[in-house]
Amino acid sequence: MNAYPPPYRRRYQVIEGIMSPVSDNYGKKGLVSARHRVAMAKLALETSDWIRVDPWESEQDTWTETVKVLRHHYNEALRAFQTKKEFMRDRHPTESSTEDSLSCQQPVLPELKLLCGADFLQTFKTPNLWKEEDIKEIVEKFGLVCVSRAGSDPSQFIQESDLLSKYQHNIFLVREWIQNEISATQIRSALCRGLSVKYLIPDSVIAYIAQHNVYTAESERSNEGQLLQPLRLPNTTINL
Amino acid sequence: MRSRIPVILLACGSFNPTTNMHMRLFELARDHLHQTGRYQVIEGIMSPVSDNYGKKGLVSARHRVAMAKLALETSDWIRVDPWESEQDTWTETVKVLRHHYNEALRAFQTKKEFMRDRHPTESSTEDSLSCQQPVLPELKLLCGADFLQTFKTPNLWKEEDIKEIVEKFGLVCVSRAGSDPSQFIQESDLLSKYQHNIFLVREWIQNEISATQIRSALCRGLSVKYLIPDSVIAYIAQHNVYTAESERSNEGQLLQPLRLPNTTINL
Repeated sequence: MNAYPPPYRRRYQVIEGIMSPVSDNYGKKGLVSARHRVAMAKLALETSDWIRVDPWESEQDTWTETVKVLRHHYNEALRAFQTKKEFMRDRHPTESSTEDSLSCQQPVLPELKLLCGADFLQTFKTPNLWKEEDIKEIVEKFGLVCVSRAGSDPSQFIQESDLLSKYQHNIFLVREWIQNEISATQIRSALCRGLSVKYLIPDSVIAYIAQHNVYTAESERSNEGQLLQPLRLPNTTINL
Repeated sequence: MRSRIPVILLACGSFNPTTNMHMRLFELARDHLHQTGRYQVIEGIMSPVSDNYGKKGLVSARHRVAMAKLALETSDWIRVDPWESEQDTWTETVKVLRHHYNEALRAFQTKKEFMRDRHPTESSTEDSLSCQQPVLPELKLLCGADFLQTFKTPNLWKEEDIKEIVEKFGLVCVSRAGSDPSQFIQESDLLSKYQHNIFLVREWIQNEISATQIRSALCRGLSVKYLIPDSVIAYIAQHNVYTAESERSNEGQLLQPLRLPNTTINL
């Protein structure tokens, strides 16, 4: 199941992390404007040298299916890869094609994987939420990295699904070794009640929230009673 | 409106290293006491234990105090006090409480005299006096539910010390969701007698950042970013604080308090 790859294999090098906030028309209860959510993510990621926030998805006019977001970012990565390959080729036009020099120079095509929590994996079961061909594309062409809390084990869920078990070699199960369940819903609730969230979210984000008065009793009521956008679309029945 | 009682929170522990959870204890305790309407938390003190506590994996107090300072840089009310860590021998918790209470008392006396000297001609109307008069602060011991349970450990505590802690000072005990120390308190004659001075705070976020796991992760080269402050991570890397060797320190030794002759505890 790839949960504990043998150390000597060391197959992957993570070169980048992308945080993609959903667009406002996702319609989730309590969702504040993307402008704020992107700004807060930027602040939170200030001290990271490899993770960045990408506002593309949040800037789309309509809600974008996850598989489309993956395709977009993969195309961007591919474009960057091509550019890099051409640049390196142009720099070394007289390089003799010995295997050694080529393998050192040749950039390797990156893979883009969807990072999620175990809850996300479970949503594959929700009726009418996912198209089966989208799930297939996610696990076949891209791959899933699913982080779950200690004591929870999604491998059974995967085994019970024909589709997921077929591509289990591309589903990586990561065990969270620290019990650290910081729910954004609880954070918003605490903020509305004037309780401290210091040391749970970054200081810079706390300051931003205070300065812009982001979370209020009113913001918590936004989209109340509405269905999530993906549930409003006509959809084929999923057979996992 | 009756004025609130000023409270100082004191947390004793290894702080090996200081984690975000240690600091959460202070924030949770302060919120809880403020919500009772009766208290105003004016200060938080982190008191790292001295090296001769003898706990496995305990690194030098110099490092632990330095890391706590870095962790608390962004706090405007919590500070680290190295007094306990600088003592030649391990110091009983009740003595640490007494020390810090005396310090607070001294500061209080100084403040009272200063204010009295500033307003020598103040007429003693009730209004002006109650606004001016500083209120004697209370010092309470801040701890997790695990700490409370140690009262049961044979030979670890003297009964008179526990009594002094809950009677003269007070306990603020933070426990995780799902855990309920009130039964433990009810089962103890001593603790239930002073339950009005034992504050049970429920941790509403599941946030079990164990310092032992942090050290283990560091030794294995795993990331602890977002679990302990960046400044502490940098310090640990710079000074190579946690290693396989440091984890073995005090291996096989008894904790200092268990090495002392002690009266049997009847809780």
